[in-house]
Amino acid sequence: MEDAYAVEMLHITKKFPGIIANDDVTLRLKKGEIHALLGENGAGKSTLMSVLFGLYQPEEGIIKKDGVEVKIKDPNDANALGIGMVHQHFKLVECFSVLDNIILGAEPLKKGFLDKATAKDKILDLSKRYGLEVEPDAIVEDITVGMQQRAEILKMLYRDNEILIFDEPTAVLTPQEIKELMMIMRNLKAEGKSILFISHKLNEIMEVADRCTVLRRGKYVGTVETKDTSMEELSAMMVGRDVNFHVEKKPAHIGDAVLKVSNLTVASKRHKNDAVKNVSFEVHAGEIVCIAGIDGNGQSELVYGLTGLEPIKSGKIEFLNEDVTKRSIRHKTEKGMAHIPEDRHKYGLVLDYTLADNFILQTYYQNTYSTKFGGFMKRDAIIKNAEKIIEKYDVRSSQGPNTIVRSMSGGNQQKAIIGREIDREPELLIAVQPTRGLDIGAIEYIHSQLVKQRDEGKAVLLISLELEEVLDVSDRILVMYEGEIVGELDPHTVSEEELGLYMAGAKRNEVKA
Amino acid sequence: MKKNILKSDGVQAVIASLICVVLGVFVGYVILLIINPDGAFEAIVAVLKNFMTYSRPDSQLRYFGNTLVKTIPLILCSLSILFAYKAGLFNIGAAGQYCVGICASLYAALAWGWSWLPCLLLAVIVGGIYGSLVGLLKAYFNVNEVISGIMLNWIGLYLTNMILSAVKEEASPYTINIRTANPDALIPSLGLEQLFNNNQYITIAIPLAIIIAFIVYIILDKTRMGYEIKATGFNKDAAKYAGMAEKKNIIMTLVIAGSLAGMGAAFLYLTGFEQYIVTSSQVPSMGFNGIAAAFLGGLNPIGAIFSSFFIQHISSGGAYVDKSIYASQISDLIAAVIIYLCGFVFFMKVVMNNMIAKREANKAKTGKEGGEN
Repeated sequence: MEDAYAVEMLHITKKFPGIIANDDVTLRLKKGEIHALLGENGAGKSTLMSVLFGLYQPEEGIIKKDGVEVKIKDPNDANALGIGMVHQHFKLVECFSVLDNIILGAEPLKKGFLDKATAKDKILDLSKRYGLEVEPDAIVEDITVGMQQRAEILKMLYRDNEILIFDEPTAVLTPQEIKELMMIMRNLKAEGKSILFISHKLNEIMEVADRCTVLRRGKYVGTVETKDTSMEELSAMMVGRDVNFHVEKKPAHIGDAVLKVSNLTVASKRHKNDAVKNVSFEVHAGEIVCIAGIDGNGQSELVYGLTGLEPIKSGKIEFLNEDVTKRSIRHKTEKGMAHIPEDRHKYGLVLDYTLADNFILQTYYQNTYSTKFGGFMKRDAIIKNAEKIIEKYDVRSSQGPNTIVRSMSGGNQQKAIIGREIDREPELLIAVQPTRGLDIGAIEYIHSQLVKQRDEGKAVLLISLELEEVLDVSDRILVMYEGEIVGELDPHTVSEEELGLYMAGAKRNEVKA
Repeated sequence: MKKNILKSDGVQAVIASLICVVLGVFVGYVILLIINPDGAFEAIVAVLKNFMTYSRPDSQLRYFGNTLVKTIPLILCSLSILFAYKAGLFNIGAAGQYCVGICASLYAALAWGWSWLPCLLLAVIVGGIYGSLVGLLKAYFNVNEVISGIMLNWIGLYLTNMILSAVKEEASPYTINIRTANPDALIPSLGLEQLFNNNQYITIAIPLAIIIAFIVYIILDKTRMGYEIKATGFNKDAAKYAGMAEKKNIIMTLVIAGSLAGMGAAFLYLTGFEQYIVTSSQVPSMGFNGIAAAFLGGLNPIGAIFSSFFIQHISSGGAYVDKSIYASQISDLIAAVIIYLCGFVFFMKVVMNNMIAKREANKAKTGKEGGEN
């Protein structure tokens, strides 16, 4: 039968205290199709998948497998029904081989002993059949992210799963690896597997999916055939209004160098090699310089070295014509360096503090917020400051300045950090993946704030993994690959493909700086 | 929507502490029942009555005073623990800091004949220095404060034994009685003893300890230092990001924690209530009980005053259990069981929050069904 459904989730409603995560959502996955699930962060995609996996029990609605109603009480039930998932963050044991990871939990036994030979044959067979190139004996931590993902896919196939869920699988891949993944997905489809593809990247959905179900704020918006729709229509369905894809900005007025980095080398915490190798560059007033690259090529360590969170091995950092290589974090902050950190929970916020207390994290000791004698905190000034930032940067929370930050949404936490950093009127703003995990509305807002800084004559150093962001926002692109800057590119002339080649290390040019 | 009063943090802390107390008493009772059902009820009542066992009001007052005298060092030890805990440090070394506090105050009083105030200050300083050792090891060599704290507890104990052997009574392992040797070193009472039927051990240490609890509260809640310490405790990476001097904060926190424990020791031994036994082979339990008191008090300096009193009340009450029915260790055992369960305050809070969440989820469900009708 042509239109048989592999899985049907009918009228699913799942509530959490104070929020309805899924409100009457219906998702029907046909046999042998690639079905995209599209929605912004917080739209309820993860909740819906958790219901399918038995991690949550829905208050209402039923799940059918091959037309028969089933109860999925825990992930083991889901596995038994042939449902498998590739998580966004891989669930692999880093120091195990690919083979060991694939058979983990489903180890083949022969007289009570592990039978790896049979397993290896099966894996090589699967790998050939679906075009999933892996080295079974390689250790996971030594292989590329793309191969790790293929190992994850093989894990599902090894368990004979029929329904494969991919949770934002392209977030960690290079453009070339994304193309390969698309091929693999088509192969899997051709072999009769049914695929659920969770994403918020519209071009990928248009390219590979047959149908697409859209969620918005927990509600079911609709299901469309991708061949009958357009990116504009999909994004309007997802956001509920028309979205401005491109960042509006005037030509840059480039001023003096604000940050001069020469021959910076930073050791790695994870391996013996240096994470940042002999890197030199400049950032000028009035420009946005973007450091592009695939995750883990030394961008994080570069920022840790610049800001002082980790010690540097050698090199020189000059900030506003002063050698700040050996100066403290506080000195750099006072001099006008602001930092929107990559990990907002680890560095950016004290989650158990109130919003008001988080806004004074770097300035609490100044006379504005505490008395000179005795060091008593000036509550009134602190609350007033909080009210100002909340108003100016549209930070939404349940109890205003007194909200405990932990209870706020990710987008508003990020807005709080951005508000705090920009409100100090810094000369240099270092923004590391400032839009990661945020919805389109918030991304638009953050981009406009970065451009505003630049237009006010401040320097902005943006570190981003998103190609679109890199090309849209920056005035100059530096590509980092394996700890080195391998190219300086002009966002107006470079193509996405070419940028991808630089990021993958296939191409390099000499940097002028 | 009406705000659920049970969701307020302060209310939760108090309720959780009370549940722990009741649970501890209940489990203690069960243990007594298992050992010997005959006197169990009388025994647990005796533990809870403590000084109220006496029928005459003036005796009651007197023994209430004794319990208070021993509550004071416990308050200081629990302040030491909770202060460090706010900075994310588990100061198990409070026992050792308390021990060197005993050493400093008694040696200054007995060997050098100092009066009480310099003795007290010396105990504070020595306790602070001893705490700083833990802090230095943590800040510069990343030695876990629990490991170094425990090691330093034993070092402190034997140092104290060694040094105080110079001022012990000839025929016994006890240190010389301050009251006879150097009455100047006794903390003055300023007439407070009259409130407690002339209990000679009552001194201004009692109001001082309460004042210090309030000062600790103000430092933690209202000042720059408290802001920094709590930020470091909640998230030391964010503290570093914000430019706070992480190493300095760790050391300073442990210096203050050590001073508090050292002060607690002086507050007890400079009343003459106890004489130190220089052959002790165990670290004074005051520092460890301080952990239970700090948690039972919801890690709040004011709460610590009440929780310390309760724990001392139970400990003292153990002495009144009928020793003809139970072995003499029973008093310590029952007090220990109750104190042990006092450490479950946070667990209780989690249980309570889960219950509230579940009830609200159910309410939301039935609420919607009701709305549809």
